Amino acid sequence: MNGLEKINADFATLFKDGREQLEAGCSAVMNGCREEAFEKFVQLGGIPQKTEAYSYADLVPVFDKDYRVVLKYIPQNVDMNEVFRCSVTNLVTHPILTVNGRWFDGNVEPELPEEVVICSLQEAGMRYPDLFLRHYNRYAPKADQDGLVALNTAFAQDGVFVYVPDEVVLERPLQIINLLRANADLMGFQRNLIVLGKHAQATVLVCDHTLSSQHFLMNNVTEIYLDSGARVDYCQVQNQYAGAAQINSLFVSEQRNSAFESNIVSLYGGFIRNNMYVSLNEEGGSCDLYGMYIPDKKQVVDNYSYIDHIAPNCTSNEHFKGVMDDSSLANFCGCIRVRPNAGKTVAYQANNNLLLSDTARINTKPQLVIDADDVKCSHGATVGQLDEEAMFYLRSRGIGREEAKMMMMFGFAHDIIRHVRLEPLREKIDDLIDKRLRGELSRCFHCTLPCRK
Amino acid sequence: MEGKLLRIRNLHASVEGKEILKGVNLEINAGEVHAIMGPNGAGKSTLSSVLTGREKFVVTEGEIEFNGKNLLDLPPEDRAREGIFMSFQYPVEIPGISTVNFLKTAVNEIRKYHGLPPYPAGDFLKMIRQKMELTGIDNKLLNRSLNEGFSGGEKKKNEIFQMAVLEPKLAILDETDSGLDIDALRTVAGGVNKLKRPDNATIVITHYQRLLDYIVPDVVHVLYDGRIVKTAGKELVAELEKKGYDWIKEEVKREL
Ligand SMILES: Nc1ncnc2c1ncn2[C@@H]1O[C@H](COP(=O)(O)OP(=O)(O)O)[C@@H](O)[C@H]1O
Ligand SMILES: [Mg+2]
Repeated sequence: MNGLEKINADFATLFKDGREQLEAGCSAVMNGCREEAFEKFVQLGGIPQKTEAYSYADLVPVFDKDYRVVLKYIPQNVDMNEVFRCSVTNLVTHPILTVNGRWFDGNVEPELPEEVVICSLQEAGMRYPDLFLRHYNRYAPKADQDGLVALNTAFAQDGVFVYVPDEVVLERPLQIINLLRANADLMGFQRNLIVLGKHAQATVLVCDHTLSSQHFLMNNVTEIYLDSGARVDYCQVQNQYAGAAQINSLFVSEQRNSAFESNIVSLYGGFIRNNMYVSLNEEGGSCDLYGMYIPDKKQVVDNYSYIDHIAPNCTSNEHFKGVMDDSSLANFCGCIRVRPNAGKTVAYQANNNLLLSDTARINTKPQLVIDADDVKCSHGATVGQLDEEAMFYLRSRGIGREEAKMMMMFGFAHDIIRHVRLEPLREKIDDLIDKRLRGELSRCFHCTLPCRK
Repeated sequence: MEGKLLRIRNLHASVEGKEILKGVNLEINAGEVHAIMGPNGAGKSTLSSVLTGREKFVVTEGEIEFNGKNLLDLPPEDRAREGIFMSFQYPVEIPGISTVNFLKTAVNEIRKYHGLPPYPAGDFLKMIRQKMELTGIDNKLLNRSLNEGFSGGEKKKNEIFQMAVLEPKLAILDETDSGLDIDALRTVAGGVNKLKRPDNATIVITHYQRLLDYIVPDVVHVLYDGRIVKTAGKELVAELEKKGYDWIKEEVKREL
């Protein structure tokens, strides 16, 4: 058996032998999806290899490690609220921790408007069966060619559940802080479900961190449902370390006049794959996907998006930018699908890259499938070096070469970060980017947001 | 008058293997305003590029002494820190960097070079506001990305504003008047005049009389085909305006 066959066989064994543990504590809806999902995984050939959506990502080295898969919640021997305390200046959030992909049992219940639900996915499956049945695993199957998403559905046990009822606007952002901490190499499957009722609004900030130096591989799926008129501002800051890998799949289902805006900032991580699937199901929906990635050394960041214009009169706007140094690799693949019925679609896509070294690489690929008339679509990709004219301009004002370089990279990134709506959060992310560009983050296992510890 | 502020001797410079400056000699004292005029393509911008250290331009012969130091030894940032400032003919747009942050960085980098601590944060904004007023800069420009989407006039005003903030010993204004309407021209010239001090000097590069009606030069040079072919007082401006450059070309030919 080669590496890949062995990995796939291991998953089959784990699925068979671990079944009882896997299902313990999970609702019937979750458990009811497993069998079909695992079959799908097998049918698709297991871990994707040279499939269209993963043509540039080599997953074998990512999976080929002696990870443990822990099928039950292991209490942490410390209070994570103490180990990790994140305080973005001027930004008050409802913090929710997960540890190794599971709801942390010491989470402090946030004070929320009545009927808003924030709890573990397991608990939601038991307590809100109707809601759960309506939404769980309804959007993830969109990725019907991605075995990794199916693998998550087969193995997922827990994560975060959020429900914001009709007309409710969450004033404070919800901050989901995903922590990884173990004493052996670990693989996990986190599953989140976020449901917004009609005209509901929420800001969701997701922070990914590693707190110990084991190898981690997280294969996470988040499903987000926006009922008509709902709005979600989603922001994810991925700041792990070189020994961590994450596959992060986001499924957004948008109904009439809803709006989804996301900012995915990949600061650090050994291997990061972001899948972003957005379905514009009804008229008047809009989505804005922004992303910034700054890999160096041998990091890999792979962004894949699939925006499906199903209904007419929807708008999508996607802009990803990257600064790549050393021997890092970044991939960007942006698919826009405009269905026959989706007249008056407006869809923009852009991907701009700065290469700082001769050995850094970028693959960038737009994929537009347009089956409707009267649509406005555009896409563009650039790969370049720092602008020498701008460099000279800054130096001629007394700014040294290194500092000028920092400023220009920062400016390049800020073009993405400026879209973050909450000012304190925007400032914080700008600050993180600045630190990251100056190489002040790379050795940090802990949160980089100022820590009270 | 103690030593010269700037002394250029027999300067030859080329770009992409082509010789553009063919033996420029020029001396400037503190407190003086010099105008350099000349037809398009004469080498005026090349001279300012060489003075500020643009790397594309290679000095093949000659020397430049600034404030007693060999300028050619210094990288562009150190020349700026020593007190050379050029107002760009085409200021560069730099997205994502606000004008105010850019200036703060520049001021503090220059201070660091001279062994000074960073400008105290509160005083910095006070100083900036004062310089904005002096140069007629709109408050809104401060937080916008540097030059991005600025009109031609705003860009040029922003250059003079930067000059006011950085307080150079030698300011080189390269065609700062081009693309300006008369009001903007007056503001720009007014700013330059207010910044004039006995211990600094200005080089005004232009090929029109217009700007020199407002910034009155002490000395006027004509640069032609890579050489300074004529040097006189401010009366030369009017003569050039009336007669154009052809008579100078004729004169040069006759001498050869
Ligand atoms: N970057 C460059 N590469 C090649 N030739 C240049 C470059 N810059 C200027 N030159 C040439 O140098 C000569 C002088 O140009 P310049 O100094 O810009 O003149 P001026 O500013 O007096 O109009 C021109 O012939 C121009 O074509
Ligand atoms: Mg010129």
